[in-house]
Amino acid sequence: MAGKPISQMGLPNSIANLFQARNILTAKDALSLTEFELMELLDVAMDVVTSAISHISEIACPPCQTALSLMENHVKNDYLGGHLPTRLKGLDDALCGGIPFGALTELVGPAGIGKTQFCLKLSLLAALPTSYGGLDGCAIYIDTESKFNSRRLIEIAENSFPEIFHLKGMAQKLAGRIVVLRPTSLTEFTESLQQIKLSLLQHRVKLLLIDSMAALLSNECEWDQKASRQDSLGWHMSFLKSLSEFSRIPVVVTNQVRAQSSDYASSYPFQVHVRDQSIRNSERSESHLVGALGFNWAHAVNIRLILEAHSGITLETDNGIEVAGPDINTIRCQGMVLRIP
Amino acid sequence: MEIWSLPFSPSQRAKLLSAGYTYLHSFSHLSPSALAAGAQTAWDILCEDRTMNHITTSCEDLDGILGGGISCKEITEVGGVPGIGKTQLGIQLAVNVQIPVEYGGLGGKAIYVDTEGSFMVERAFQIAESCIQDIMDKVLQTDDVGVCQENLHVNAILANIFYFRICSYTEQIAVVNYLEKFISAQKDVKIIIIDSVTFHFRQDFDDLALRTRVLSALAQKMMKLAKKFNLAVVLLNQVTTKCTDGSFQLTLALGESWSHACTNRIILYWKGNERCAYLDKSPSLPLSAAPFSVTTKGIRSVASSCKRMRTT
Repeated sequence: MAGKPISQMGLPNSIANLFQARNILTAKDALSLTEFELMELLDVAMDVVTSAISHISEIACPPCQTALSLMENHVKNDYLGGHLPTRLKGLDDALCGGIPFGALTELVGPAGIGKTQFCLKLSLLAALPTSYGGLDGCAIYIDTESKFNSRRLIEIAENSFPEIFHLKGMAQKLAGRIVVLRPTSLTEFTESLQQIKLSLLQHRVKLLLIDSMAALLSNECEWDQKASRQDSLGWHMSFLKSLSEFSRIPVVVTNQVRAQSSDYASSYPFQVHVRDQSIRNSERSESHLVGALGFNWAHAVNIRLILEAHSGITLETDNGIEVAGPDINTIRCQGMVLRIP
Repeated sequence: MEIWSLPFSPSQRAKLLSAGYTYLHSFSHLSPSALAAGAQTAWDILCEDRTMNHITTSCEDLDGILGGGISCKEITEVGGVPGIGKTQLGIQLAVNVQIPVEYGGLGGKAIYVDTEGSFMVERAFQIAESCIQDIMDKVLQTDDVGVCQENLHVNAILANIFYFRICSYTEQIAVVNYLEKFISAQKDVKIIIIDSVTFHFRQDFDDLALRTRVLSALAQKMMKLAKKFNLAVVLLNQVTTKCTDGSFQLTLALGESWSHACTNRIILYWKGNERCAYLDKSPSLPLSAAPFSVTTKGIRSVASSCKRMRTT
């Protein structure tokens, strides 16, 4: 829409020629200037500029939909109503059905909490046939920390869906639907993303997982080049969002946490007493872990799932005994049985 | 006596000439307000303000610090860290504006401009359902239940939220320009929500001076829309950090010049484990804070304990 040429917009010839003469060729060029600047540049009266701009804007503007038609489209066109059920009842209820299509979902948590395990399960769910509540398609798993383990994936599959995996060749078929990419640098990652866009339609990709985003950046630049590090993600943020919305697939990204440093901005100027308190208070509890990648990235994410070791999430051992407390750092054989009250 | 011989500066003279007054006697009998077309006296404005409409946020404390709710004819900027509830507030307002006049609302329609893709229709459905439920609960105390049920339906509420999905700053500017025509055709639009105004301006712009100019043009257009059609404009903004006196503090994005554009500013922040809203800028109300919570029903007042750990 932004790149639409002005010559094709049906403006009166006189004004269209003026735009052309001044090298204002697309809607983006015209709308990036204020009306006053355009008036100066084109040397025409203000009302001529105003009517030209409103004409261009009407054409460049995306179509309007009502929220009702949006909902009806989701129900009609998307698999499973536009959500990928995670099979964790509490989570699926909270997310109105599951991980949403067309949005960026982030998994944040400390090391060892189970983010990669969660991703393995999701990739499996995408590969499953729809009769079993899956998406019956391919999943692309971008593994930046070399954590993807096929054996573990099969183990999860066999224990979660024994009835499917006992069929001959099923394991190979479903595992064959999960494509793993291992970029080692941000540049390689960028290239992989662009290639994914091309193959998305061909291979019926139904899920994109990136595990983890932070690892790519921590390889790249020094810690104090924080500003440029955050800027470099700008393109990726927009790309991932447009990819997920265009193809109506869920995109799941994991993120690391880091401890809150003393120069971390956590309060506004009007919150004077909070700042004094935090200077005096030297203890850091787990609630002061912050997601890596900064505010810009955090704002771009649509849904954030925070995995924590306590406060409501428990794991079960093989014998069905609940293990609770902050010392959870392994997830045992059963795949993942998380009970959220 | 002709104008040329009177002591006017060239620009004033030019204005009078273009308005058609060439001789002194043609305008000596006019009052100042007639000459300056479109001016109003302060008394007229006060009378108008008394009838000014407010859109409730469904949280009594928050409505309290806002003088009844989000005001029409003004631009309100709402900013906060990710996850605090800006989009939730936006969706709540898009639903609340539709509360019929007989139940204390405006009975209007909403325009939701989504730049980030955060608008979840299922969530809007939930919030609309709860809003209807709340009205029914209040109505049960009187009578008219049957009439109420007929007029209020979730699908009708969703049908009155006009949704634009914007994918670049060009489209954002285009939609703001187009809204005048759209609203004139639709009628009854009483709120425009832009969620968020920052997203596209943060990544694609290298020329910050151009960004400031474009943003202020945007703000002026929104102000014109607010005044012309008597509607509320709510702009959701993101946060960034700035360094003052050696320490880092949070502040709303888009810079100093943008912060002048809005009439009111509300900052949503975490106070311990509770969400609070701070009225940071207002032409008439005192700056104050109020707690609120985000529940399955939408934005509501703080009940008892709603503990939430968060990771920013």
